[in-house]
Amino acid sequence: MSAANSASSGFDIKRSLIETIVAGLLALIVFGPVVGVVLDGYTFNAEPARVAWLVGAVMVGRFVLSLFFQSGTGQRMLQGFDSGGSGVHVLAPDYKSRLRYIIPALIVIAIVFPIFANKYLLTVVILGLIYVLLGLGLNIVVGLAGLLDLGYVAFYAIGAYGLALGYQYLGLGFWTVLPLAALAAALAGCILGFPVLRMHGDYLAIVTLGFGEIIRLVLNNWLSFTGGPNGMPAPSPTFFGLEFGRRAKDGGVPFHEFFGLDYNPNVKFLFIYIVLFLVVLAVLYIKHRLTRMPVGRAWEALREDEIACRSMGLNHVLVKLSAFTLGASTAGLAGVFFATYQGFVNPSSFTFFESALILAIVVLGGMGSTVGVVIAAFVLTVAPELLRSFSEYRVLLFGVLMVLMMIWRPRGLIRISRTGVVPRKGVAP
Amino acid sequence: MSAPILELKELDVFYGPIQALKKVSMHINEGETVSLIGANGAGKSTLLMSIFGQPRAASGQILYRGTDITRKSPHFIASNGIAQSPEGRRVFPDMTVEENLMMGTIPIGDKHASEDMQRMYELFPRLKERRSQRAMTMSGGEQQMLAIARALMSRPKLLLLDEPSLGLAPIVVKQIFATLRELAQSGMTIFLVEQNANHALKLSDRAYVMVNGEIRMTGTGQELLVNEDVRNAYLGGH
Ligand SMILES: Nc1ncnc2c1ncn2[C@@H]1O[C@H](COP(=O)(O)OP(=O)(O)O)[C@@H](O)[C@H]1O
Ligand SMILES: [Mg+2]
Repeated sequence: MSAANSASSGFDIKRSLIETIVAGLLALIVFGPVVGVVLDGYTFNAEPARVAWLVGAVMVGRFVLSLFFQSGTGQRMLQGFDSGGSGVHVLAPDYKSRLRYIIPALIVIAIVFPIFANKYLLTVVILGLIYVLLGLGLNIVVGLAGLLDLGYVAFYAIGAYGLALGYQYLGLGFWTVLPLAALAAALAGCILGFPVLRMHGDYLAIVTLGFGEIIRLVLNNWLSFTGGPNGMPAPSPTFFGLEFGRRAKDGGVPFHEFFGLDYNPNVKFLFIYIVLFLVVLAVLYIKHRLTRMPVGRAWEALREDEIACRSMGLNHVLVKLSAFTLGASTAGLAGVFFATYQGFVNPSSFTFFESALILAIVVLGGMGSTVGVVIAAFVLTVAPELLRSFSEYRVLLFGVLMVLMMIWRPRGLIRISRTGVVPRKGVAP
Repeated sequence: MSAPILELKELDVFYGPIQALKKVSMHINEGETVSLIGANGAGKSTLLMSIFGQPRAASGQILYRGTDITRKSPHFIASNGIAQSPEGRRVFPDMTVEENLMMGTIPIGDKHASEDMQRMYELFPRLKERRSQRAMTMSGGEQQMLAIARALMSRPKLLLLDEPSLGLAPIVVKQIFATLRELAQSGMTIFLVEQNANHALKLSDRAYVMVNGEIRMTGTGQELLVNEDVRNAYLGGH
């Protein structure tokens, strides 16, 4: 493609005109019925003028774009698209990543941030961090191990309902449920994983999609146990047994009285934020370690070629299962935070749209890339919050972002770059 | 002759209702190069894979250095000295040469990795030039060399190769077989599955001919090379 482009020096008006006409025809086909026909009761009105405007705009736009791509700057941009190229970008083993500066900077920002943030901003960032967790978890499953899981939200729901149900029926608190929910989600991942992981690609996607819906439908319809669509309350976290409410239950002492502070409802969110941030850091660290351990290598090997893995005697079911389980437990953690942050759970938070959103985070972030996932999680969850007035167009925003990504960065925002593996010190030249 | 390093006794293997291997018996002695030739679909790859327990034999026995490995896990087999380079090369496309070689150490761990990598670069100088190139961007011949080298990274006593000449230009096939000869002379025991009977028989001490899942003929490489039936069926009557 770039060869054809660079062959034509100067402006090729004829080509631009042809491209313009083709774009105009396509616009006519697409917009004609959608924009040009307006229902009016049982009849309809044709609105040719509106179609003409749209098609005109498309044609002018295409013509300008076509001329631009023939100019020097445009050519360079096109080449930039192409060199997005395929595959993993492998860094020299001694490459010093810029991350060594970015990560401490981020940690400093994260520590300083709550001082300036109001409650609203704090809740938005908590939501962003929850999606970071979800993105990191799914990234192990989809990005590293290459297993397309479309029902990931089920594990998120298990975590969230784990807190709500555990509180309701067993009187368990946030801190007890946090590890238990991770375990429960991991167990669910295992149970789903065993039969499913012998499947490949599309089949796996469909079965996991079904699993996600089953969990949601059970939560929705088991009225006596889960409260159905009405949902159920979830407890707030406690600080060594101290509650963050204005008044503690059962005659206990709430946090602010214990420390002689004025009551401030933000403290609860501040606390959630701090705990969540530490958990995200821990997950980031664990993931970082795992990708450098044999199991991480096995995940990537499996994504690249299953038959080759089998010929090395790798147990592909176990390797897949470990990725699936680990991803699920991360979602379980995220679910607990979500429930405690909302103070309430109901099934409408766990629809397929959520799975799609998390998948979008992973794809947008660049399959397998940690930093990319963190950025994408914030872009896709925080941006719609901040642009409240446009929130109706959230899905449109995803669509546009995805299309732009496929054109501009087909391998994700941040390309997966792996530091090349070097054998241990020895005779290597 | 020394003792057999691998012995198959009356192996039956099924894919569902279809019997792919019928009472296959054969042996490979320590230090030998043995090849298995046969037409497409004869069951050669199946035989190789069933040594690794994928698929499992329905009946019969596989003995490796005197141990029965018929029911052992693929991991056990891979970490105890049998390595294979599967049909169609199967290198990891997005990984560099060096990373592919590192993957080869999975069965035994990376204790000897850098030392072994050096040996691979000596055996295949081409790979050394390409050490940080991604495997998918290499030529078929280079990928085949990489697949063999990756198998050797687990320090096997017995190397199983499935059609290393598949889809390669004649000159590249020559190079690959020259390297295999070198490897055999260094004492490696090689079990070679090939459709390219001419090259395989010239390289091998002994060979088996497989037809429809059965061993039809066996003999030294030289004997089979001059055998009328073999010449007509597998050597294009040259
Ligand atoms: N995974 C499989 N499932 C079912 N049948 C198979 C499978 N693999 C191979 N076969 C069948 O087993 C027979 C032997 O195949 P194979 O071992 O690949 O032959 P070769 O390697 O000699 O070309 C063929 O008839 C093939 O169709
Ligand atoms: Mg075959």
